[in-house]
Amino acid sequence: MAQALDEIKIGGLGSSRKRVEDDRFLRGKGNYIDDFKLPGMVHMEILRSPLAHARITSIDTSKAWQIPGVHMVLTGDMAAQHNLAWMPTLSYDTQAVLATDKVRFQGQEIACVVADDPYIAKDGCEAIVVEYEPLPPIVNPYQAVAEGAPIIRDDKEGQTDNICYRWEVGDREGTERAFAQADLVSKLELHYPRSHPSPIECCGSIADYNSATAKLTVYMTTQAPHIIRAAVAIVAELPEHMIRIISPDIGGGFGNKVPVYPGYVCSILCSILLTRPVKWIEDKTGNLISTHYARDIYYKGELALRKDGKILAVRFHCDSDNGAFFSDAQPTKFKLGLIHSAFAAYDIPFGYMTAQGTYTNKAPGGVAYRCSFRVTEAMFFQERAIQAAAYDLGMDQAAFRRLNLVKSHQFPFRTPYGFLLDSGQYEKCLDVALNAIDYDDFLREKEEARAQGRRLGIGISTMTEPLGAGNSREYDILGIKMFDAAELRVHPSGKAILKIGSKTQGQGHETTFAQIVTHELGIPAADILVQHGDTDNTPFGMGTYASRSTPVAGAATAMVARKVRAKARKLAAHLLEVSEEDVEWELGRFHVRGAPNNGVSIQECAMAAYGNMPDGMEPGLENNAYYDPPNMTWPFAAYIVTVEVDPETGVWDVLRMVAVDDCGVRINPMIVEGQIMGGMTEAYAMANMQFITYDAEGNCVGSNYMDYLLPTAWETPGFELHEVVTPSPHHPIGAKGVGECAAVGGPAAFVNAVMDAIDDTGVRNIDMPLIPDRVWEALKYRRDISGAPPVKSDAD
Amino acid sequence: MEERRINVVVNGEPKSVDVEPRLLLVHFLREVLGLTGTHIGCDTTNCGVCTVLFDGLPVKSCTMFAVMADGHEVTTVEGLGLPSELHPIQEGFREEHGLQCGFCTPGMMMASKALLDENPNPTEEDIRWALAGNLCRCTGYQNIVKSVLWAAEKLRSEAAMSR
Repeated sequence: MAQALDEIKIGGLGSSRKRVEDDRFLRGKGNYIDDFKLPGMVHMEILRSPLAHARITSIDTSKAWQIPGVHMVLTGDMAAQHNLAWMPTLSYDTQAVLATDKVRFQGQEIACVVADDPYIAKDGCEAIVVEYEPLPPIVNPYQAVAEGAPIIRDDKEGQTDNICYRWEVGDREGTERAFAQADLVSKLELHYPRSHPSPIECCGSIADYNSATAKLTVYMTTQAPHIIRAAVAIVAELPEHMIRIISPDIGGGFGNKVPVYPGYVCSILCSILLTRPVKWIEDKTGNLISTHYARDIYYKGELALRKDGKILAVRFHCDSDNGAFFSDAQPTKFKLGLIHSAFAAYDIPFGYMTAQGTYTNKAPGGVAYRCSFRVTEAMFFQERAIQAAAYDLGMDQAAFRRLNLVKSHQFPFRTPYGFLLDSGQYEKCLDVALNAIDYDDFLREKEEARAQGRRLGIGISTMTEPLGAGNSREYDILGIKMFDAAELRVHPSGKAILKIGSKTQGQGHETTFAQIVTHELGIPAADILVQHGDTDNTPFGMGTYASRSTPVAGAATAMVARKVRAKARKLAAHLLEVSEEDVEWELGRFHVRGAPNNGVSIQECAMAAYGNMPDGMEPGLENNAYYDPPNMTWPFAAYIVTVEVDPETGVWDVLRMVAVDDCGVRINPMIVEGQIMGGMTEAYAMANMQFITYDAEGNCVGSNYMDYLLPTAWETPGFELHEVVTPSPHHPIGAKGVGECAAVGGPAAFVNAVMDAIDDTGVRNIDMPLIPDRVWEALKYRRDISGAPPVKSDAD
Repeated sequence: MEERRINVVVNGEPKSVDVEPRLLLVHFLREVLGLTGTHIGCDTTNCGVCTVLFDGLPVKSCTMFAVMADGHEVTTVEGLGLPSELHPIQEGFREEHGLQCGFCTPGMMMASKALLDENPNPTEEDIRWALAGNLCRCTGYQNIVKSVLWAAEKLRSEAAMSR
C-alpha cells in the first residue's frame, strides 16, 4: 500500500517550516529599494518646510539650477503645469504634492532636486531660498475648533472651519435609556498619543519612464502595489496597463507603506520630464515628520453598569487629530476606520459613538499602524475603560471581564455597533492566561509587597478584533472592493508557481502561502515558488495591511488550489480508467475507491495535463481564484502583564508578560509566534517610550531616533506565549489574522498593569507613553497626567 | 570636490579607490563596491543596520567617512559566510527565526559576530547588552537572542572538534 504523506514533513499546514526568504536576507542579498541601480539613473532629494504653518511668499531656485550635476529643480508651480501640485487622498480629500500656497505642517514637501548623486541633490536643496510669512500653528483638535482659529485648509472651496468629518454609529436612544437605568456610570478620558510606525527602512521609489514604449515602471516601497497602480493611473493620468509597480523586498511596513506619498509622485513626474530613471530614498527625519502617523485620538467615554457588574451600555466620543490633510488609508464607509469595533468582545446590549475629525498643522495620516483601521485605538480605550469600571465597582478585574465577555454559545453574536462575531472561546483564553500568570498568587504577592512599600501591578487586556477586510458589500478603497486573488500553475513535473496580489514586508508570505497549497494539493512546499509584488505578473489584490493577507489572499490561495485539484481529479480518473465519482483524494494522491493501492500522484496528474489528457480536455493545470470573504475573521487574545513600579523614580519594570492568542488554525506556528512577539514589542514601545509629539510652534518632537525612542534588546521584556485554537467558520482552512493582535491588545495590558500598581492613589489615567516622570508626577501629586500637545519647549 | 585615494581591505580583498572626502563609509561600501547587504536606516548611529566590522570591531558605517577607513580592514555581511556555506551566526538566525523583514539582519549579525569573537559563551544578558545598539522592529528580539545562543553553541562545538 502506498505510504501516506506526512503533511508536516512536506511543509504543509502546521509545519514550522524554515523561511524561504531567509536565504537571501542572511547573505545580504535582499533586494530592497535602495539596492537597485538602473542605467542612467539620477537621484532626487526633497526640500521640506521648517515651519508648521506659513504662507509661501517666494521660492528662488536659481542657485540650485547652477550647481554642476543638477538636472532638475521641481517646484509646486511646475508640478501644477502637469496638474500634479495636488493629489487625491485615500479618504476623498486632497493633499499637496509640492506646496504652492501655504505650508501646513513642518516637513511638508516644497521642492525637489534631481542630480547625479544624492550628495549633489542635497546641495541643490540647500541652495533653494524660500521666503515665508508665518501663520499661527494648531497642534491639537481643541485649538482647531476654538473660536478664531485660522482655517488650515483655505485651499478647499467652502471649508469654513477645521473640521474634516463628523460621524456617528450605534443606537443613541437605546443607549440613553440604558444609561438611565444604570446603578453606576464609569467615566474615562484619555488621549491615545500620536505614534509613528517607523519601519527601519524608510520609503523610496525609482520611477523609470521609458519614452520609447510609454511604459512607466515604478519600483517602490509599497504594501499595496495594485492599489498604488490604480492611484498612479488616476493621479498621473496615465493608462493603467502602461504602469507597472514593482514592490521589492520591504524593510518593514507596519502600515507606513500603504499610502501614496508626495516623494513617489515627484520621482514619477521627474522621470517623465527627464525621461530617465529617478531614484528617491527618504531619510529618517523625512520619514518621521512627513509620512503617515498613527493614533492621535482624544477619548471621552462611559460605561453604564449594574451593581452586579453587568455592563448595560457604552458610549464614547472621539476627537481625532488628522493633521493637515485627511488622508487615512481606510475603507470608504468608515470615517474613523473600525473604531466602532470597540467593546466587541463584551456582551453589551447598547452602544453609541460619535467622532469628529479635525485638521491641524501636523503631518497627515491616520494610518493603521500594525492595526486593522483604528482597532488599536478602539481596543486600548475599551480595555482601559473595562479596568476602570471594575475598580469603580470594586470588582476583581478578571471576574468583571469573565462576567461580561461574549460566551462560546452566543456565536454568531451581533455587536451593538453592527459587527457579527462568528467564533471564539473567550473565557477559555482568559483562563489559560490567568493560570499561566498564577493570578491568585500574584494578587497575594502584590498585597504583601504593598505592605512593604513596594508597588506591584497586574494588567489584563482581553479583546477580539475584526481582521481581513472586506466583505465587498461593506468594504472598499477608492471604490475598489476589498477582495484578493491568487493564480496557481502546476508545471509538467509537478512543481508549481503561486502568484498572489498581497505583498510581504517580513510576514513570510513566500514560506506560508506555499504551505497552504501543500495542504490542499500535497505538493511539497519546497516545490512551490510564491511570487508577489509585481503588478504586471501577479493577480489583483488589495495589499498586505490590516492583517488581511491570510484571511483574504490566503483564502484565495486555498480556493485556487481546490480548483486545480478538481481538474487533477478528472485527469486522475482518466489515468486510472475509472469514472470521476470513483476517485478518492488523499493528500498528494488520488486512488480508486476501495482500492487504495491503485492510485496516481498529483505530480502524475500534472504530467498528464501536459502529455496525456483525455480527448476534448483543455491542456494545462492552472487556474485563478478571486476571494470575497463573507465576514472578517475574529481572533481573540488575552494578554497579562505584571510590573513593579519604583515609587522614587516612576520607572516601571515588566516582571512577566503572558500572551494567549486564538488566531484559529496556525499555518506556520514559528511565524505566528514571531508575529506575536513583534507585535507585543510594539505594544511595549507604545506604553513605555515611543513618543512623537509637537511643541506650541508645531515643531515635531521625535523627528529622529535620538528623540523617538524605540525599544532595543536590552529593555524589551521576554514573552511567554500560549495558544487556543478556534477555527474561523468561514475561512477555507480555518485561519484568522494574527499579525497585529499583540500590537492592538498589548498596550492596554502594560498601562493597566502600571495603573494597578498605583490603584490606591485615585489616579484615573496617565497618557502613554508612561515615561518615568509622568508616573512619578502621578504618584507624587495624585493627579491624572495628560500627554497631549503642545509639549513644553526648552524656552518655557 | 577633490578626491582622495584610499586603500582598504574589504572582506579580505584589498581595494584602492579615489573617493570624495565627504563620502560616508556606508555609501562607499554600497555604491562604490556594490556591497548592498549593509543597509542604511537612521543616519544618526542609532539603528545599527549599517553595522560592519572595522579591524574586527563593530562600527556604524553611516557616521564614518570612507577616508577614515584608509589603511584599515572592513568586514561586511557579504564576508560573513561563503555563498555555499552559511556562517553559524547566519544558520542560527534561520534556525531560530531571528529575522522577519531582514533589513536589520546584516547589522545584527555583524554585531553578534563581534560579541562571539570576544565572548564565545555569552549569557542572554550579554547578548541583549551587546545588541543594544541595533534596532529591530519585527521580531521583539527574543528569537534574535536565541539565534545568537544557537550560533555560540555551534561555534563552540566546532572549536572543540578542531582541537
